[in-house]
Amino acid sequence: MAEEVKTPAPPPPPEGEPKSTAEKPAAATPAAPTAPAKPAAPAKPTGPVPLPWTSPLVEKYRSQYGSGLEAQTYLGQNYLTVDRALIPNILRLLRDEEQFDYCVDITAAHYPKREKQFDVIWILYSFPRNQRMRVKTQIADGASIPSSVSIWPTANWLEREVYDMFGITFDGHPDLKRILLPDGWKGFPLRKDYGILQQDQEWVQINLGIESGQ
Amino acid sequence: MSVHNNESANEVSNLDLETPERPYLDSNELIINMGPQHPATHGVLRVILKLDGERVLGTECVIGYLHRGVEKIAENRTYTMFNPYVDRMDYVAAVSNGLGYCEAVEKLLNVEAPARAKYIRVILTELNRIASHQLWLGTHALDIGAMTPLFYTFRDREEILKIFEKYCGARLTTHAFRIGGCQYETYAGFEKDVKNFLTFFAPKIDEYETLLTTNRIWLERTKDVGVILGADCIALGVTGPVLRASGVKWDLRKAQPYAAYSEFDFEIPVGTNGDTYDRYLVRMAEMRQSMRIIEQAVNGIPEGPIMGKVPKVIKPPVGEIYHSIEAPKGELGYFIVSDGSTQPYRLRVRPPSFVNLQALDVMVRGLLVADVVAVIGTLDIVLGEVDR
Repeated sequence: MAEEVKTPAPPPPPEGEPKSTAEKPAAATPAAPTAPAKPAAPAKPTGPVPLPWTSPLVEKYRSQYGSGLEAQTYLGQNYLTVDRALIPNILRLLRDEEQFDYCVDITAAHYPKREKQFDVIWILYSFPRNQRMRVKTQIADGASIPSSVSIWPTANWLEREVYDMFGITFDGHPDLKRILLPDGWKGFPLRKDYGILQQDQEWVQINLGIESGQ
Repeated sequence: MSVHNNESANEVSNLDLETPERPYLDSNELIINMGPQHPATHGVLRVILKLDGERVLGTECVIGYLHRGVEKIAENRTYTMFNPYVDRMDYVAAVSNGLGYCEAVEKLLNVEAPARAKYIRVILTELNRIASHQLWLGTHALDIGAMTPLFYTFRDREEILKIFEKYCGARLTTHAFRIGGCQYETYAGFEKDVKNFLTFFAPKIDEYETLLTTNRIWLERTKDVGVILGADCIALGVTGPVLRASGVKWDLRKAQPYAAYSEFDFEIPVGTNGDTYDRYLVRMAEMRQSMRIIEQAVNGIPEGPIMGKVPKVIKPPVGEIYHSIEAPKGELGYFIVSDGSTQPYRLRVRPPSFVNLQALDVMVRGLLVADVVAVIGTLDIVLGEVDR
């Protein structure tokens, strides 16, 4: 699997520290709202590319937060890539002002070759607008992110699962502990450096009394 | 809306097992363990109950006993190879799982299944919805103490499984669909079998209802038990029949139609009280609506190809997609990140059972121990999907 990770995100440009630019290969340019076609990813020029997403919602938050926020649409699905610093605020505003009252899912993806290794993704839905959107941010390994349990109570188990699988910690979560794996387990299975056959052998030997779980 | 004033009502409890709620002597406070091996937890669910006598003060769910790492497996399989794995999540509604996955990958590939394939998908998915609700009804009633419905529903569910078996050779984990359409053309007599099932099944729902709907014991055990408000459902992300029984008229088949659902005429049954009885009524009505959909689909099934233009080797372009469908238990979503290779870079399943189970604590607080069984049943969870 290790050779599969070549495509995502060439190492971000050195000046890209405060801006979350390279969220995916095809979007390596900053949020230039005028550029309709981006320089396509080196790998596959055939597929559709993310286009800028323009809507009153985006304009409003862009004027408020400026460069910390990039809005795109891919195959008709809208997403915001925001700076990690904006995270609790923008989610709260989306719920309070834009009626995104249902947090469908919280998940993450691991890009080990990137400087900020993790994407954390919120999938939101608004019942009044019948619209979906995603919010995405990048964080480094070991960094934490504010919990959104106070915004959507459903985030409780979803964030626990992200912690369980990726080891991302959520500040302010009422009870951040493993949910699917046993409490004493070592390692975070959905990280790319965790092999598919890998197990916490020590845990297996102590708790199951067998040599190996395989 | 009171959704956002969620101070205590919809906060999921995290039990402090060390300190009793009332630390004086006459307290009957008790921590007991329900499951993981328990016939009424529908699988290996462990619930830690904090009780004051018979009354539930709080719960904590311990899950993960069936965790197989489905999302990790997905990253190590090609898109085609992963297709059968999704059936093993919600194994009583395998067809829905497959539909969601195939449509998500199709969206990522930017292709669409042909009309005939969509109709076949709708027929089989709705049959599976009925089968899933039948299994729910039988086991739920059995938990509460009514044994007969189990035999009735399993007898009738058999007819659906026979159709599945004739169509694709499998009864439970069907792997019925392929990315781009369906692998199998309908067998000779498929339409007739489906129509026969509809005429066979219509009086059977009435039969179930004569057993339960006005049954005094059933009413006592389900009315005003496990009440959850619509606003709390939304805040807790609860979807499916549980959300609709709380009065929120929302069904993805209508809100964001997929497959061929926009072409059929059907209604979204809703409840008012959000209690166990309303959830029962909603699911009964949903079975009737599913029959309506199947009838329209089987009568209007178009001719044509069943497979879209999909390359032999599936290599979606770089990008990511979220697609969700209305599974029998709620919103089932797939979030797929593609890096342009033959394997998903990241595949996330948004399981309805997992999210709905989180509401258990809110629903059972203040009820009796026996009601916990009723509420677990009414949530209609499948642990294979909770744990993945």
